[in-house]
Amino acid sequence: MGFIILLVGLALLVFWVIGAYNGLINLKNQVANAWKQIDVQLKRRHDLIPNLINTVQGAMQFERETLEAVVAARNQAIQVQQTPGASVGQTAAAESQLTGALGRLLAVVEAYPDLKATGNVAQLQEELTSTENKIAFARQLYNDTATQYNTKQQQFPTNMIAGMAGASPAELWEITDEAERAVPKVDLSFGARPPRTTA
Amino acid sequence: MSDSAPTNLFAQQDANRRRTRWLVAAFIAFFAWLGFGGDWILWELTRGAPPNAYRHAFPWFGIVLTAIASLLAAYAWRTGPSKVLWSTGAREIETPSGDTETRLVNVVEEMAIAAGIPRPRVWLVPDADPNAFATGLDAEHAHIAVTDGLVRLCSRDELQAVLAHEMGHIKNLDVRLMTLLAALVGAVALMSDGMGRMLRGGLRFGALGGGGGRSRGKRDNVGPLLLVVVALWLLSWLVAPMVARLLALGVSRKREFLADAMSAQFTRNPLALASALEKIEHADAPTLSIKRGSAHLCIADPLGRKSSLREGKLADFFGTHPPMALRVARLKAMGYQEQKRLGETIEATA
Repeated sequence: MGFIILLVGLALLVFWVIGAYNGLINLKNQVANAWKQIDVQLKRRHDLIPNLINTVQGAMQFERETLEAVVAARNQAIQVQQTPGASVGQTAAAESQLTGALGRLLAVVEAYPDLKATGNVAQLQEELTSTENKIAFARQLYNDTATQYNTKQQQFPTNMIAGMAGASPAELWEITDEAERAVPKVDLSFGARPPRTTA
Repeated sequence: MSDSAPTNLFAQQDANRRRTRWLVAAFIAFFAWLGFGGDWILWELTRGAPPNAYRHAFPWFGIVLTAIASLLAAYAWRTGPSKVLWSTGAREIETPSGDTETRLVNVVEEMAIAAGIPRPRVWLVPDADPNAFATGLDAEHAHIAVTDGLVRLCSRDELQAVLAHEMGHIKNLDVRLMTLLAALVGAVALMSDGMGRMLRGGLRFGALGGGGGRSRGKRDNVGPLLLVVVALWLLSWLVAPMVARLLALGVSRKREFLADAMSAQFTRNPLALASALEKIEHADAPTLSIKRGSAHLCIADPLGRKSSLREGKLADFFGTHPPMALRVARLKAMGYQEQKRLGETIEATA
């Protein structure tokens, strides 16, 4: 009798270990997949920027600095993305630089009604807004999944087999840069009216 | 939030899978009853017939009707989503043209990312009343349809919230149960109409040949059991469409609350959905393109029925949707809690 109870108990334990192990692996893959989604959207944003710059630079020669900041931030972000093994924190920092620079550029574009009125810019703005949203939502999904994964591997009793499943805490994408929240300052102290666009 | 939502989600997915199986089983069983019940009645009636007269010994009706029901269910499963879309006259946006279509497709893509599911196909229903619905069998083969009115009336945030609500239905697998139900309700209505016509024709036929039948049927073996079965059997034919419709009402009320909550989880902006729902509610023209059969799929009752406005037993029974005021109130409560947590001041936003 005692032997049967022991056997049943052992079987239950084995089933639990299998379940918990597979659960952790499943979550780990979900985290990896969520990260891939972010990567896709970041690449999309990087590809969109040259187009945007080309469209607006003719009309915005005064705003050299703003444009250059965007280009520099983009190059930096691409470099980080192409570095194998770049940490989530590094990517987050580079991308938030880019977000800040883009935000300033869009705020400046607002100050050029003629430029805004051309269809191309409106389209680009929609694309950019959508891409920014996609990045934000992909980041949200990643952070949610990663939090779930981290909680799971720290909780008792799953934490006992976390090592066996090769689970380690996933780094969250934190918004650290103040630029992301700060209201961009628009400097229009040239005195001159913005030039008319020919496009 | 991230800890409780998934368990809820999996429970809901399981419940929907289970209920879909039950629905199909009940559908086929109901047709089997109609068929084999008829066979039994005929068998009882012809049991004492003379040896050379017709005797109903083999259950043809039962076998044929069960086969038809199985085929119908399989057909509904395969073509349900496209039938639902077809019935509303929706047109698919394959390559978006124009600003509004581009924005719509972009927002769908954004919310699919937030929900972590593949992008559903996007359809536009030519109707000025704001409404939206999702259909499909699983997240990999899902469709989202919105009306022209919704795209025109809603801001980007509101559109996002409405589409996130539909993503919630897709992720929950609500769409599977609700689409199949719509397809089967349609099938039952068709069958019942057809049978009603046949029964009427049969009665006329029976009246013509009635004289001969009566003289032959002077037997006293028409027992009470047979009468009861005949009554039940005829009643089943009559109430079938009503039962199917009541089923459709029953499934959707709780789901709307859950999908509202999932929308809030995906957008982190419950107030946007609240204001979208208010806009949908105040444009109170009925959504003409969406017929009764697929009403339970929509975000708001397309028929604008009064029962969807009230609470209580009767409304619970007859309304496809929970009262709009209650949904808006719950969403606002969620939104204000979030604002309070972030230490923001609560503004009088719509």
